This record gives sequence, structure tokens and C-alpha cells, in this order.
Amino acid sequence: MKATWMTTTAAAAIAILAGAGAASAAGQLNIYNWGDYTNPELIKKFEQQFDVKVTVTDYDSNDTALAKVRAGGHGFDIVVPSANYVQIWVKEGLLEEARPDQMENFKNVDERWVDVPWDPGRHYTVPWQWGLTGIGINTSVYNGDINTSAIFLDPPEELVGKINVAPEMNDVLFATIKYFGGDWCTEDKEVLRKVRDKLVEAKSKWLAMDYSVTEKLPAGDYAAVYYWNGAIMRSREKNPDIKFGYPKEGFPFFMDSVAILKDAKNAENAKLFMNFIMDPENAALISAFAKYANGIKGSEKFMPPEMQTAPELTVPAEFQSAGEFLESCEPPVQELYTRIWTELQK
Amino acid sequence: MFRSHFDVRAQPGFGLITLFTFFALYLPIAALVVYSFNGSESLSRWDGLSTRWFVAAWHNSAVQDAAVRSLVIALWAAFLATFAATMAALATTRTAPYRGLTFKYALINQPLMVPEIVTAVALLIVFSRIKVWTGYSGLGYLVMAHTAFCIPFAYLPIRARLESMDLTLERAAADLYATRWMTFRHVTLPLLRPGIIAGFMLAFVISLDDVVITEFVKSGGQDTLPTYMLGQIRRETTPEINAIATVFLALSTVLVVVFFFVNRRKT
Amino acid sequence: MASEVERIGRERERKDIRDRWLLSAPALVIVFLAAVGPLFVMLLYSFMVKGDYGDVRPGEFSLEGWVSVFFQRDIFDDTLGLADAHLSIIWRSIQLSFLTTVLTLILGFPTAYFIATRPPHTREIWVFLVTIPFWTNLLIRTFAMQQVIRNEGLLNNALIWLGVIERPLQIMYTDTANLLGMTYVYLPLMVLPLYASIEKLDFRLVEAGYDLYATRFQVLRRIVIPLVRPGIIAGSILVFIPSLGAYVIPRVLGGGKNMMLGNLIELQFGAGRNWPLGAAMSITLMALVMVALIVYVRNASRGGAGHV
Repeated sequence: MKATWMTTTAAAAIAILAGAGAASAAGQLNIYNWGDYTNPELIKKFEQQFDVKVTVTDYDSNDTALAKVRAGGHGFDIVVPSANYVQIWVKEGLLEEARPDQMENFKNVDERWVDVPWDPGRHYTVPWQWGLTGIGINTSVYNGDINTSAIFLDPPEELVGKINVAPEMNDVLFATIKYFGGDWCTEDKEVLRKVRDKLVEAKSKWLAMDYSVTEKLPAGDYAAVYYWNGAIMRSREKNPDIKFGYPKEGFPFFMDSVAILKDAKNAENAKLFMNFIMDPENAALISAFAKYANGIKGSEKFMPPEMQTAPELTVPAEFQSAGEFLESCEPPVQELYTRIWTELQK
Repeated sequence: MFRSHFDVRAQPGFGLITLFTFFALYLPIAALVVYSFNGSESLSRWDGLSTRWFVAAWHNSAVQDAAVRSLVIALWAAFLATFAATMAALATTRTAPYRGLTFKYALINQPLMVPEIVTAVALLIVFSRIKVWTGYSGLGYLVMAHTAFCIPFAYLPIRARLESMDLTLERAAADLYATRWMTFRHVTLPLLRPGIIAGFMLAFVISLDDVVITEFVKSGGQDTLPTYMLGQIRRETTPEINAIATVFLALSTVLVVVFFFVNRRKT
Repeated sequence: MASEVERIGRERERKDIRDRWLLSAPALVIVFLAAVGPLFVMLLYSFMVKGDYGDVRPGEFSLEGWVSVFFQRDIFDDTLGLADAHLSIIWRSIQLSFLTTVLTLILGFPTAYFIATRPPHTREIWVFLVTIPFWTNLLIRTFAMQQVIRNEGLLNNALIWLGVIERPLQIMYTDTANLLGMTYVYLPLMVLPLYASIEKLDFRLVEAGYDLYATRFQVLRRIVIPLVRPGIIAGSILVFIPSLGAYVIPRVLGGGKNMMLGNLIELQFGAGRNWPLGAAMSITLMALVMVALIVYVRNASRGGAGHV
């Protein structure tokens, strides 16, 4: 009697599980993207235009995404890695050479973003959004020079104990190495010793290394942050005292790009999607949701007006040269950096 | 009878501590519910009463899908885990030690000794191979993984309960020619019920909570509420999260109350 | 004749043991397939050479992962020393988890006892009341806790209003925040098994204690606690181990400034790209937990309350 009950239950369980996830639309497309980064309106528009059922699944770090896709059996078609990871994806043979540069809408891509070091000529990827890590300050607390990494590395008295730094190993180490005049991926022990000592000393003056900036910077929990420009723009919209600074010693740019996976089951739909997001009107939808710039010419005029004039999104000419895209360092260097980072948080 | 004025069960101060415990348990929850009616964009700044976040959550199909998926997985995992754990508990208590008993304890409790991230990466490696071989990438993997780490959580309270039950009543039933099944159904099971309920609840809660293992095991289109929210941490958390949580709370409270009354009528 | 009885007895015993194996088979199989089996992969990985971008290189073996759990070459002068960053993170995790267990026990035991001594038909309501807040997931609860302990949060506002303090206490982003958060989050894992155990307590024994003129405290210490020991053990284990591997709470409430073991291991599998080290750390952690368990169970179950 018990056995029958068990089998029935098991059978029912299997039936339900197998049935879940069946799709009704003509085609399918499975996107694997950063959390809270994909505008649902964009997806809806794509679904209606091409009669394709789209699923969006989130990840919260480049490494998780890489590990999952490399393991196989994931079922994703599209992934959106950061610039410094694209080469790894290519080297590991995970990306399809989809040749977006030969697609119809490629003419809309800003020339600046065509011959990028991580994908020269754009054979694999299409720009999704780009931004940078900089300084956000509550000017009612501190009114000095804000265009410097000293804000969080040698903080002025007023800011001690009120600073939040993005818990991103590469961004933080980059700013600190640049602060001491080094180059990214340096192995110079003298520089790295200074970097470590400075970070350990500075950390005692920080309040947190957290992601909830758009919430706590305008509310006054933090008076200064080292964080992504889009989030600081949102903070400024809530509290006009917030100002954005470009660290003159050096700051990292980031760009996330859309790529098609080699084992994609819906590669054709994925290509449709690539072409679709290079349309300025659609690219504007991406930016309107996540509040970062995209790389598509002519998309500005479809964006919300407050974004067209935002000082956080247009880098002033004088700071242009301080910004740098971080390449992926050689493994031994990466290991050194991880250890400095671990020591910082022990 | 003689001591009707003296309560043998009472312990001084326990009532007060209990009061404090419940206060502490519900204070954050209360704050959470109140702020789900917040009109502002922010989790912390109060900006008048509004239901805008409920409306927003209602129109957010990603959230709804994730929430339903979380519930489905948790119900299945808790059910399967409690079922397996009850049987295992019966098999490992109230007996003279036999060969393999310690092995069983160790194996069943093993998921507890492993930090989630370890199981997560290990499962990623193994399951992804299976996904490639079989071509099946449905929710079954998540249910399987959740069931495994829920089993010890269901097992411990059931076993604790069993261990403090002696065999007298079951022996009496057997003496009255009850079959083993009848004895189990009418004697053991009713006595065991508090343990089983505690075990099921624990398993359910643990499964609902899981972030890390789910993050690694999920396939395309399988975000659960926790992994959906983990993806949001890096960006902005609005009171929409509170609204979702409030709806969840209300639903589960209703469920629990219904369950409670149905159950009560039967006994 | 006697040997015949013996034979039947032995046979019955064998059948009993076989039935017990059958009964426990589903649990054993599921746990093996989805939790234990994959760990052998982990063990294997801990002896391999790390891949350049995460993962491991197939077919290459090394002890480096294991060595670097405890020792490391100094980044700057290349001397071999203890990996003090790792060790101090491990130590902090142990301390905080222990304190969490103690706090949940202090709050959870009286609560479970209180619930178990209510009239039978109301007990289940109380149990449900304990679990309801926990039907929302961990992340939401952590955010809720943040609402209470942040500088402009309920706790600080209440204390200021009462005149206890003048300026808000900085609780967020400290180890105290981690401790409060973990206690809050793991409390029901203590209460439920304790309740299941206390509910079964035979109060005639307690009454006998009072008949022998024991005080309330003596009754608690000498009669109640020894009898519900299995519940205490179960609760402590359920709280201690997840606390050791906590990941979300240190990130949100601790502000990510001070890692705990869970974060350290996650780092190795993530941006650190050192899977063998992560694997070796994980196995070290498991070994630590098992040693702690054995010691704890030995001490706690003197008098034969059973294994765990």
C-alpha cells in the first residue's frame, strides 16, 4: 500500500517537472544577463516583432557566468560578459563568431566602439552598455576637490567613516595602482606593497564595501562612494547634493557586450536579437532602464531627457585620457591581486 | 491534583523571553510590511502611503514567475525530503546498534557539513554533464539538489521526536494483532506528527532560502525569487521587494491557517 | 529447541535490519547522488592544478591548493609563512558562529519550552507563529534586519526616543551586525527541534523532582535539560554549521568589509580563480565541522542520548 502511494507520487512528481517549461511561441531565445539589467519592454517588443518566446536569467558575476557556461548543459543562447572577460570567453572557445559587423544595423554602432581591444572589428560581440567607476560625493558634507581617488584612499576628515567602496577587486586595485603611478597588471613589488599598505590603512576609514549605493548615498548613510556612474546619477536624481567626480589618477571603464554562445540552440534568434539591439530606438530602451550609456549612434534622442544631459554619462575631455579598459591580467598577477584583496578583508 | 496552585511546567522568566523572541521575530517583518506601502523609491525614506509597489510587482512577470518557481521547488523538495527523512528516521532509531547505522547517520547529515558554495560548484560540474547527456534540463535538477540538502533538516527533528518515544504503545498495538502498517498508521504516525510537521516546515523554509546552490544549478529561465533578488543586489533595491515579500507572507499565512483548521477538524 | 528459538530470533533480526536498510534507502540514495557524490569531484579538484581562468587543468596534479590553505609565500619577501589572512578569517567565522549558537539557544530554549507547555491545541499555532516570518527568503529577511539596525532604523530611533543614547549606534557593517543577523535568521532552526523534543517531555518526572524538594532551577538543570538533550544537539548543529558558511549576511549586514569563510571560499571559485584552493578550503572546513561535531556529541550525549 505504501509502495503504491510512493510510486504514484513519484510518477506525479516527474510528470509535473517534465511539463514545466514548455513553450508555445514559434521560436525561443534564452538570454543570460546581469541581474536587473534587461528592460522588460525591450524583451516584449522583441517577442512581438519576431514571435519568439524570450527568457532572461540572471547572474551576478562574470566568473559565475563563465563557470556555468563552460560546464555545459546550461541552455543559454546569449551572454553579456564584461570587456575584460570577452577575450577569456573567446580563448576558451565558448563564443560563436556571429559576425555582427556584417549585420544590417551595424552601421549604427559608434566608431569608438568598433575597434575595441577585446573584440577588434566586432566579430563576436555587440555593445550593450558602458560606464565607469568614479567618485560620488554628498557636497553638503564635503566641498573640496572631488576629481581624485584620494577621496577614498586618503579621505579628508569630514568623510572618514562615511565612505562606501564597491566590493569589486579589479576596480579598487586599479584605482589604487594608478594612484601610485603604476600600470594595470603590474608586478612591481614596490608599487604593490604601497598599494596594499594604503588599502589596509584606508579601509579602516571606510564604512562599507557594499552595493546598495542608490539607496544609501542619497539618504545620507554614505557621504562618499567609489562606484559606478549610473548608480551615482540615480542618487543625484534623488538628492541634488550628490556630485560625480572623475579620479584624475585613473579610473576604469567598463563595457558589457552581447555575445552568442557556441552551443546556442537558438542561434538564429540570437542573431536577430543582436541586430535588433543595434537599432537606436531599441538601444535607447536598454539605457532608459539601466541608466548607462550604450554604444549606438542616434539612440540619445530616444532616451529620457534627463539622461541626455546627465554629467555622469558624458566624460569631460580633460578626464578622457584617465579612463582605461581593464584587460584581464596574466594568471600569476591575478593571483597576487587576489591575495592583496584577501588580506584587505581578513 | 494536589498541586493545582503549583504549576510544575512553569519556569521563571521563560514567558518574558518568549515575548521578547516573538517581538524580535516580528519587528523586522513588521517594518518590511509597513515599508511595502511606501510611496518613495527608497527602502528607507518614508514618503506617504501608496500601493505603487504592489502594482509594479503585479506587472513584473519575471518576479511572478520566479516566485511561483520558488514555491513549486520548495513544496516538492520539502515533501520528498520529509518523506525520505521520516522513513530514514524510523530505520535509524529505537534499535540496537547494527552494522551500517553510524554510516547512515553520517551520510544523511552530510549535506549539513558542507558550505553551500562547495556543493554548488560540485553539483554544477556533475549536473551539467548529465544535462548534456540526457538533454533534459528541467526543474528536476533543482528539486533533486534541494531535496538532498533538505533531508537532514527534516531528519533531525523527526529523529529527535522518535528518540524520545518509547516502543510501549507500538508493542501494545502489535499484541492486539495490528499489522505493522496499522501500527504505523494509527500509533506511530500520530505520535510522530509534531516532529514531521517541524521537519517539513524546516525543509520548506530552507529550500525557499537557498541562493547559492540554485544559482549554480539553474538552467535558462529558471530563476527563483532569491536568485532574482541576488541579481538585483548589485543595482537598486526598491520597495518592490518588500511588496513581493508582503504578498508572500500574506499568502503563506492564509495557507497555514487553512491547513491548521482543516487539520484540526480531522483530529 | 533452544537453538530453534535462537535461529528464529536471528532471522527476525536479519529481516529487521534488511527492512531498515530498505526504509532508509531513498534518503541515502538522494543524499549520495546530489550531495556526497559530487564532493568526490571536489576532493579530486583540490589536488589539481588551477586553470588560468577558473576551473582546473585536466590531468595535472599538485598539492599547491592544500599547501596554500595554511601556508603562503609572502607577497613581498618570498618567505614561507602561515597564511594569516586565511586563518584569521576562519577564526572569525568560528567565533561568530559559536556566539550565534549560544544566542539562539538562550532565546530559543525558553521559547520552545514555553510553546511546549501551552495547552495541546494551541501549540501548533505557536509553532506556526515561529515559522511564518521565515516563509520569506533569507535575502528579504536580511534586508528587513537592516531596516531595524541601520543608523536611522527602528532600534536607534527607539533608543534615542527613550533617551538611552544621544547619537545613533553604528551597528551596521560591524561584526555585531553579522551576529544579530545570523541569530535572527537561524533562530527557528533552534526552536523547532527543541520544541519537538520538549513537547515529548514526561512532566511526571518534573513533578517527581519537585516532590523531592528540588528548586525550579535544579529541575531545569538536572531533569529537563538532560531529557531534551537530543533536541539541543539537533538545534545547535542546525544553527552552527550554516552560520559557519554564511555568505549573504556578511555581504549585506557586514557591508562586505570583513569576510567570513563562506565569502573566502566563494572568492576562490569566483574572481580569485583558484578552484583547487577553494576546494581544499572547503574540505578543511568540512573536517573542522566534523571534529567539532564529534567532540560536541561525545560531550553532550554522555548518558546515551544517542548519536547524531
